[in-house]
Amino acid sequence: MIKFIKRPQPSKFWTLATPLLAVILTMILGGLLFAAMGKDPFEAIRTIFWDPLFNPQFAGYSRPQLLVKAGPLILIAIGLSLGFKAGIWNIGAEGQYIMGALTGAAVGLALYPLEAWWIFPLMIIAGAIGGFVWAMIPAILKTRFNTNEILVSLMLVYVAEQILASAALGALRNPEGNGFPGSRNLSQIEWMSNPELISGTGAHWGVIAALGAVVATYVLLNKHMLGFQIRLTGESPRAARFAGVKDKLLVMFCLGAAGALAGLAGLFEVTGPAGQISIDFGSGYGFTAIIVAFLGRLHPVGILLAGLLLALTFIGGELAQFMLGLPSSAIQVFQGMLLMTLLAMDIVVNYRLTLVKKEVA
Amino acid sequence: MKRRTLLTAAAASALALGAAMPSFAQDPVKVGFIYVGPRNDGGWSQHHHEAAVDMAEHFGDAVELVEQETVPEGADAERVMTQMALSGVDIIFATSFGYMDPVINVASKFPNVKFEHATGYKTAENVGVYSARFYEGRAVEGYLAGNVTESNKIGYIGSFPIPEVIRGINSSFHHAKLVNPDVEMSVVWLNTWFDPAKEADAAQALIDNGIDVVLQHTDSTAPQITAQKAGNVYTFGQAADMAEFGPMPRISSIIDLWAPYYIERVQAVIDGTWESDNTWDGIGAGMVGIGEISSAVPADVKAGAEALRDGIAAGEIHPFTGPINKQDGSVWLAEGEVADDGTLAGMNFYIEGITGEIPQ
Repeated sequence: MIKFIKRPQPSKFWTLATPLLAVILTMILGGLLFAAMGKDPFEAIRTIFWDPLFNPQFAGYSRPQLLVKAGPLILIAIGLSLGFKAGIWNIGAEGQYIMGALTGAAVGLALYPLEAWWIFPLMIIAGAIGGFVWAMIPAILKTRFNTNEILVSLMLVYVAEQILASAALGALRNPEGNGFPGSRNLSQIEWMSNPELISGTGAHWGVIAALGAVVATYVLLNKHMLGFQIRLTGESPRAARFAGVKDKLLVMFCLGAAGALAGLAGLFEVTGPAGQISIDFGSGYGFTAIIVAFLGRLHPVGILLAGLLLALTFIGGELAQFMLGLPSSAIQVFQGMLLMTLLAMDIVVNYRLTLVKKEVA
Repeated sequence: MKRRTLLTAAAASALALGAAMPSFAQDPVKVGFIYVGPRNDGGWSQHHHEAAVDMAEHFGDAVELVEQETVPEGADAERVMTQMALSGVDIIFATSFGYMDPVINVASKFPNVKFEHATGYKTAENVGVYSARFYEGRAVEGYLAGNVTESNKIGYIGSFPIPEVIRGINSSFHHAKLVNPDVEMSVVWLNTWFDPAKEADAAQALIDNGIDVVLQHTDSTAPQITAQKAGNVYTFGQAADMAEFGPMPRISSIIDLWAPYYIERVQAVIDGTWESDNTWDGIGAGMVGIGEISSAVPADVKAGAEALRDGIAAGEIHPFTGPINKQDGSVWLAEGEVADDGTLAGMNFYIEGITGEIPQ
């Protein structure tokens, strides 16, 4: 019989090996799913994982798109990982993302049609502040009144969605839009646009910011006192308090940083790929980023890779839909499998499996 | 700009690749469709999907159909359409209003691919737009609603406050009021095209307020199910016939009939005669259908509704014929005056008698 024996320390080897194994296992399970639906499993897996990267017909376009799609995911997930490491559960990144886009766009549009180089930097700052302030609501409620940040941050997503709809229909509506909802197209206004920086790479300012956040977080967690405090609080809140960690300040920092990064992601999205504030601007990046953070094991480099991998399943999934006629829900199931297998595999990280012979009583 | 050149280059090389291969005269025309909802939503997207399948069956081997469902409006739509274009699609039908800017962007990168955008207003050399005069069907719904209501209260589940939806609200209210001067209408805005849970909640809220006729501009059958449970509430099928809910609560429906248009446009691509167009057809041209009026409606009312339908189809009746005032009481259309298409296309006001405000 198989017995699980708890490891004194999570296994280093398996921590690194399980994400890879999870991807392979997902391919097998997904292949079975696609086969059960009457599609060629090998063709489906190839279309999702291979074609966006290497098929000459699509790769030229898909590769840069990978960065476009992964950029906001990584940026948000990095912020979330700080809190998750410390046991602070910010589930409302989607709301912070929306509010960042809204405040940033509002600042830019208030200055329209002014032309000046400082407009875009100002919008970036406004975007970060928007997300930061939105995240401060659960932070202050938690530190002051001991409310549950999971609930408050999640509920604020729906508040943000309503504010977004009202802005798209009212305050930020394009006055030249024939009565249709949605703001002016920011990506077409020179001083407010977030263009592709090097042609053919897909890299816009948001991608640069995401890479910067990965490096900064890596340094913070490994070389900085604050990073140590974050990790300590996550592992043992009591010990952290004895070690002199100001836990309220830490809550503020973790939520605030996540909010600011999510706000930035929103701002870069609305000035670049999305182009405008519209009623359905929030497209779920804030929630998908939670998957990215865990898939990346809350490690900055892991998140970078996880963001790219998830972006690949999105883009490859779209290809598989119209090339092979797979329904979109099958792709979503496939993405869900990825997270489930990874979480399920945590067991070999924390436990040793040993074969035990039945002892005679 | 640079990115655009690069993509054009990529597209050109893809085309060159295609040209280099031995070309057969019978190469099928590749037709792409993107839908905002799932293709089995029971309403808007399903009807586009079914029309696309009808079109493909009509052409048989001459056409290859590729489809993508649940495509969010915005950056994702732009990517999906670009990938479709790269895969060698000849014409793309983008079947939701929110695809407008993405269509224009992608179309500028692929001058050789044709685009057809539903319910939008931006056209280009290779972008045509098409829409149906649903407000003609709404007039018939309003006529029926005004006649069958006992509480004199009608509810309307709105999706997004865009001219297309506001037009439908005004048209149905105007015709309800013509046959029943005491009628009142309440509008609930959901900001979604398809969300069964929200639609059911909205229908329930309306019914709780004493409303006994529910019209909808959202795509699911959730309002029908809610009305069925409540009993004695009338509804109308939206986009699809929804006949399975007849004779009560569904007493009639507006059906989108896209297949003839799709066949015509794809034929034009095959013949090489496709040109950018701006099509806005109604009951007369067969783009809008009125579903069977059920036995729950009194015979004389049914006859009146059919007369209205036929009158609109023949062009004898315009659903917006004065006198009609705007909500604030100012005159919109004088006695006998008929609304012009420009005003209808950008309609952003309620007519007199509707309570509440359009979300601004």
